[in-house]
Amino acid sequence: MIHSMSTTTISDILTPPVHPTGLNGEEQMDTAFDDIKGTVGTQTVDDPKMSAHGVDVFYGDKQAIFDVSLDIGNNEVIAMIGPSGCGKSTFLRCLNRMNDTIPTCRVSGSMSLDGQDLYDPSLDPVLLRARVGMVFQKPNPFAKSIYDNVAYGPRIHGLAGNRAELDDIVTESLKRAGLFDEVKDRLDSPGTGLSGGQQQRLCIARTIAVSPEVILMDEPCSALDPIATARIEELIDELRQNYAIAIVTHSMQQAARVSQRTAYFHLGKLVEVDDTNSVFTNPQHELTENYITGRFG
Amino acid sequence: MSDQLSQPAKGAPERTASDMSPTTRQVTAGLARRYAAEKRFRLYGMFAIAASLAFLALLLISIVSKGLPAFTQTYMQLDVPLELETLGIDQQTVDGLLDGSISTQAIRRANFNGAIRQGMRERFPEVEGRSATRALYKLVSSGAEFDLAARVMDDPSVLGNRLTLWLPSDDEIGALVKQRADLSAPDTLVTRLDDQAIAWGAELKDAGDFDVRFNTTFFKNGDSREPELAGIRAALVGSAYTLLITFVLSFPIAVAAAIYLEEFAPKNRWTDLVEVNINNLAAVPSIVFGLLGLAVFINFFHLPRSAPVVGGIVLSLMTLPTIIISSRAALKSVPPSIREAARGLGASDLQVVFHHVLPLAMPGILTGTIIGLAQALGETAPLLMIGMVAFIVDIPQGVTDSATVLPVQVYLWADSPERAFTEKTSAAIMVLLAFLIAMNALAVMLRKRFERRW
Ligand SMILES: Nc1ncnc2c1ncn2[C@@H]1O[C@H](COP(=O)(O)OP(=O)(O)OP(=O)(O)O)[C@@H](O)[C@H]1O
Ligand SMILES: [Mg+2]
Repeated sequence: MIHSMSTTTISDILTPPVHPTGLNGEEQMDTAFDDIKGTVGTQTVDDPKMSAHGVDVFYGDKQAIFDVSLDIGNNEVIAMIGPSGCGKSTFLRCLNRMNDTIPTCRVSGSMSLDGQDLYDPSLDPVLLRARVGMVFQKPNPFAKSIYDNVAYGPRIHGLAGNRAELDDIVTESLKRAGLFDEVKDRLDSPGTGLSGGQQQRLCIARTIAVSPEVILMDEPCSALDPIATARIEELIDELRQNYAIAIVTHSMQQAARVSQRTAYFHLGKLVEVDDTNSVFTNPQHELTENYITGRFG
Repeated sequence: MSDQLSQPAKGAPERTASDMSPTTRQVTAGLARRYAAEKRFRLYGMFAIAASLAFLALLLISIVSKGLPAFTQTYMQLDVPLELETLGIDQQTVDGLLDGSISTQAIRRANFNGAIRQGMRERFPEVEGRSATRALYKLVSSGAEFDLAARVMDDPSVLGNRLTLWLPSDDEIGALVKQRADLSAPDTLVTRLDDQAIAWGAELKDAGDFDVRFNTTFFKNGDSREPELAGIRAALVGSAYTLLITFVLSFPIAVAAAIYLEEFAPKNRWTDLVEVNINNLAAVPSIVFGLLGLAVFINFFHLPRSAPVVGGIVLSLMTLPTIIISSRAALKSVPPSIREAARGLGASDLQVVFHHVLPLAMPGILTGTIIGLAQALGETAPLLMIGMVAFIVDIPQGVTDSATVLPVQVYLWADSPERAFTEKTSAAIMVLLAFLIAMNALAVMLRKRFERRW
């Protein structure tokens, strides 16, 4: 396969690298679906900011979330982990009714914010989304300037009295997301022209500019280098002083570092939720243990 | 770039098939075929473009070569005696004009034609007999008296004196002069003039009394029975008014309809029905819209006949489906993630559309609009039905005045027997094309502005 050639030809590029087989113990994950009965651990907290009870979500005929009940406490970071496609994003999107916009999506069960039902007619989805902010899995900056991206939320909600205040909000948000130094000379250039990781931080800045009470973050660091990741984790820790945060992540280390509680999802079911410490050191459910150890060792 | 890839890099040792991976072998074997296919496709494409360019060039050359003479006009120098007697003006009026107590409008109807005829008789004193003099008068355009009148009204002090000025000549002799035809050999000329008239023309030409100038009349006048007086102005203004109405009506309605259908309407059987009908509407022959306009707007609502307002409404009906369909496509192509991002920040549905989706869709919407308006600009059939085929001499002053439009003017002129109208026809087509290009340029400019924002 490997030639001692100084030049690279097309065939070298096209030759696929060889994978060792059976790398990530998939056969262990295939534990029968029916084995998951209820949720292990403590789903409730004393003074929940948000709480979900018996939530089922369907996309058309296909059920994506099965009877999930989970509280998010005040001043708490809850990490949601689980294999790809297990419904973490789907559950997160229920919490600010983003799934309303998908025509095939149907949500049942009860969810509340500060004790008020999310589907209560008196709670407008627009207001809900201003209070429960979201950072999406795929960075989706507006086709506008960097400044306008961040200023958009405060503008539509009238959060800034004048231009100077707006400038302050924008600068502050960009700084907290660790992006300001990179873009301070080109706030007028389009947000879509940033790199993937920069776009991700721009979206975080955009979300925190509205000062929501709850922030839902869907893999906010998936495209970030360790330094930027550390900055975002610091930010999450800061935000926790005043807000509640739910974060989806594929990095066990990150979940362990930033969260107080961890929820493990599997095939649309909430398998286990508890203090982060106990989930990682002493998982109760076999699936949780397999997942965690599969990644760690 | 691609050619480099298909060749092995220089200096690389030959590799035998056995030490290649299966993928490498497979890909290498197919590469030549892939590039050959690409090359073939490029050739087809280039051929297609060359063919369409050739047809376009043919069209343009034929139109321009035929239409170019219409942009010039032959003038004839004449010494006109402005005798008060001939003009039918008394000395009192002249005095009044000179001290300003009488308006120049008073001599509007004076017999300037008589003065020109007198000038012609004096220029060719040898001509005698009624029919010969009448033929002689015909060398000057019947519109020449208006030029003379304008000059005299400008400066009444010339009354009673002689005035040498350039007057438009008749279209037949004018055409010969423009073609630089040899007037001394009448047998070789293709013209409706007789030998006598050609001889007079030759005399004038030898004296240097003919001049070919830019034809401002063509851009200043409305239609006329006399080719040298006929202009495009009325049709141009009519087209502009009609398109303005079309745009003002169809653009907001179509964009609103598209936004509603794409962003707000529930997807059910009713909206499906609406969608099918819009698509069908786009395929309805345009003359049907003309009949509808006649029946509804003119006969029922009694809107004025031949008016740009009715033409505009009828053309809007025709343009609406085009704009709706292309606007919907443009809206649909805006990535859903943008909508999600805005909604996630707490933007209402309306804000999502107007702050994010619409600006992104605008270039596509504008493209659809310009296609619709270009169609409308070139449309004749429905406008014939509502009477915009009239012979319009006056420049329309508003959307309710009688008017005609450029393509109808082309049609009318193409139908006229005079040779000078043939060149007018081509010239009118050129004006129509220029109008179209100007409209497109505007749309491209607008589109660029929207595109630069992101
Ligand atoms: N818009 C949709 N329409 C239909 N099915 C969907 C839709 N979005 C998600 N799903 C399905 O719902 C299930 C859960 O998806 P979800 O996006 O919540 O997974 P996830 O846990 O976030 O995965 P990942 O870690 O890869 O992001 C998947 O099986 C997916 O195919
Ligand atoms: Mg996800």
